[in-house]
Amino acid sequence: TRLSSLSTIATRCAPSYFFEQYQKSRMQFVQTVAELASRPQNIETLQNAGVMSLLRPLLLDVVPTIQQTAALALGRLASYNDDLAEAVVKGEILPQLVYSLAEQNRFYKKAAAFVLRAVAKHSPQLAQAVVDCGALDALVVSLEDFDPGVKEAAAWALDYIACHNGELSQAVVDAGAVPLLVLCIQEPELAVKRIAASALNDIAKHSPELAQTVVDAGAIAHLAQMILNPDAKLKRQVFSALSQISKHSVDLAEMVVEAEVFPAVLTSLKDPDEHVRKNATTLIREIAKHTPELSQMIVNAGGVAAVIDYLGDSRGNVRLSGIMMLGYVAAHSENLAMAVIVSKGVPQLAICLAEETEDHIRSATAWALGQIGRHSPEHARAVAMANVLPRLLAFYMDAQSSDDLQAKAKKALKSILQKCTYVPALEPLLHEAPSNILKHVICQFSKVLLHDSKARRLFVTSGGLKKVQEIKAEPGSLLQEYINSINNCFPEEIVRYYSPGYSETLLEQLEKYQPI
Amino acid sequence: MYNLAANFRLAACRHHGNARTRSDMARLEWLQRQIEGIKEEHVIENRYVIALVEHSAAVRLQSWFRGCQVRARLRLLHRKATIIQKVWRGFRARNQFRQMVKVSLLFRPNKIFLLIQRRWRGYYVRKYIHNYYALKRYLEGLTIKNEQVRKDLEEFAELQRREMERLAREREGQRKCLQAQRLHFLLSTEQCPGVFNSPYRDFPHEMELRLRSIKPLLAKNAPLRRDSGGSPACSLPPVPSKKPQGPFRDPAEVLQQRYRPLEPTLRVATSITALEEAREELRREEWRSRVIDDIFQPFSNAHKNRKYERTLHGTSSYEQVDYGTKYFREENKEKRQGEKPFKTVFTTDHVFDKFGQFYSSAGKIV
Repeated sequence: TRLSSLSTIATRCAPSYFFEQYQKSRMQFVQTVAELASRPQNIETLQNAGVMSLLRPLLLDVVPTIQQTAALALGRLASYNDDLAEAVVKGEILPQLVYSLAEQNRFYKKAAAFVLRAVAKHSPQLAQAVVDCGALDALVVSLEDFDPGVKEAAAWALDYIACHNGELSQAVVDAGAVPLLVLCIQEPELAVKRIAASALNDIAKHSPELAQTVVDAGAIAHLAQMILNPDAKLKRQVFSALSQISKHSVDLAEMVVEAEVFPAVLTSLKDPDEHVRKNATTLIREIAKHTPELSQMIVNAGGVAAVIDYLGDSRGNVRLSGIMMLGYVAAHSENLAMAVIVSKGVPQLAICLAEETEDHIRSATAWALGQIGRHSPEHARAVAMANVLPRLLAFYMDAQSSDDLQAKAKKALKSILQKCTYVPALEPLLHEAPSNILKHVICQFSKVLLHDSKARRLFVTSGGLKKVQEIKAEPGSLLQEYINSINNCFPEEIVRYYSPGYSETLLEQLEKYQPI
Repeated sequence: MYNLAANFRLAACRHHGNARTRSDMARLEWLQRQIEGIKEEHVIENRYVIALVEHSAAVRLQSWFRGCQVRARLRLLHRKATIIQKVWRGFRARNQFRQMVKVSLLFRPNKIFLLIQRRWRGYYVRKYIHNYYALKRYLEGLTIKNEQVRKDLEEFAELQRREMERLAREREGQRKCLQAQRLHFLLSTEQCPGVFNSPYRDFPHEMELRLRSIKPLLAKNAPLRRDSGGSPACSLPPVPSKKPQGPFRDPAEVLQQRYRPLEPTLRVATSITALEEAREELRREEWRSRVIDDIFQPFSNAHKNRKYERTLHGTSSYEQVDYGTKYFREENKEKRQGEKPFKTVFTTDHVFDKFGQFYSSAGKIV
């Protein structure tokens, strides 16, 4: 016991003991900071305590574990808000991190890539700062690393850099990241695949040239293979990437179609995950909007029916891409619009119009209905029979609906009414519509009533003629001409009978009348 | 005349024999001179008969020829008459037809041209502008296809849902099983009813039944809980950071021993196929670096560098001909059926018998 106490005294006085203590305390400090930084409520206090300046020298520590934990803590702090990220940038920590990204072991690489991504995600300026300190080359080199964790971290950092704008994406592409990302997609680990798909997605979305670069690296084939993967998050990214590629031009859309994504995309419309369904519909929409041939191909594959079922099953914002897809398909030609009608698209769109409360979805639905109904009287009849026109009129007249909704509703109403000959749908509009819509309604009536005697009878009995007489129009305007042509369809007595103030004229006549 | 023939025959018979006499020759010449006279007598005697025969022959020939002429002429006339009649009849018929057409147009309301125009317009519109029936068929087909797609997607969704339910149920079952294994000690005994087998219940809880059916879990086989976060290969006891009191070794030493790297012998470290790999490596190296494919022949064997060229008879692109290897003579056995066989041994020639057998160089001249 005396010996042991002597030995403990000896060890305590030795200089190595103090160094050990110092190292232990550094380690403890940095681990505690890292743990605290993972919870958002502590970050304010940490920031006030000036943790940045304390962590900075620890990045250059001798012990590798302390370096890694310091980098991790910095990353967590920087990802919280952009002030801290800016502090990271101003503190000139980034060049050190970039240098060590090339040199150190994989844990440090992961932590450094995490810091870069945390800084770059906030704004384009911060991402530009990350690029300016030469991070791209180091990140691209890390993409070739063996460890999948390092690859994932590097790909994530590139993703966040590229997602802001086109110049940053171009910088990422110029660093030669795209072929390596395509290689990463083929890796067996799911996390690496997801992040690589997301990175390609963010690169390709900005411009057609970038999308072409991604396609030239052979990404489409691998992305198309991964559609059948059971993982939901991966499928989200894959569909999103394919839709970003195909949205830019017809050639890119055709290349995506050639990769035989149909009909696998249609089965993904029944996926349990909501975002997978939404992104699949977005992909179909981006392909359908370019040319009639592509839309024809989608219709022939049964895509329209699948999308209509999808609209029936989903609620809310996710319906938007499905509605737009139907609108694009119907806009190309009247055969395609007839195909949409035959697939029972119009009742579903009417339900969407009734159920949805958001203005942008309503305006998209109004636009789609306008595209379907504008081609010919049959199309307009199909749209009118779904009882859509009063609702469109209501949206147009409502003061609270947004400008976009009003404009789209008006345009849709006009285009449908110019071809509509379905009298039961026109009648309610006669009573409620404002004058610029009324003009079209009257025009259509004048066309229909000329030929159909039963329609004329119905017109009189339902009070339409009376309403027409009550309309005040400037003489010489189009409206007046139409009213005249309607009046010409009926015998004069009936017209006079229904004209306003007829009872007064009769009474005046009575007063003037002298019985014999 | 008959005498003449007999005389001639006699003369011929005589001529056949070998003996020719002068008197016979003279008689032959005299007879030949008589022939001309006899001919003239014959003609003068029968001149009327001959004239008659000749006349009738001439008449016959002339009548045949005249008949041919007349027939040819008749044929020509016939043909010309046909042509004239043909032209005339065609002219007449066309006039009649025109008359008929005029008459029919005057009296009947004719809608044939309308029919043609109707048919043509229908065809043109359907083929080049818009085919209503094709569109209708397409839309019907599309409806069928849509129904099929909808049905397929429904089935697929149903399958997926069932699959997920099945997986969830399996996971739930496994979880409950694991829980039962961990809580096996809560099994009720004879004396003491367990937590799940309360005497106030009508029947035991399902957990009780599970506890009865499973075997208890040994500690070392237990799957780790997720929240523990221990290292997977924790089968060894942990090494304390400080040396505990007592006869224990230094923790550094223990760690060194525990994590001592493997030092295999050279025999163990070489792979079992090391020899083949080395050979393969050499071969690859050779293949890569060798530039010249000809084998280098040492100078002493320089004259053996030439490759033996076979004859054209011996080398054939289709098969190896036996000539040149198996036999050296062209033999056609059928031709030489009746001939004697080839002699391989000749009669000896004794010229060189004495060659080289004389001791003196002079004797070598034989």
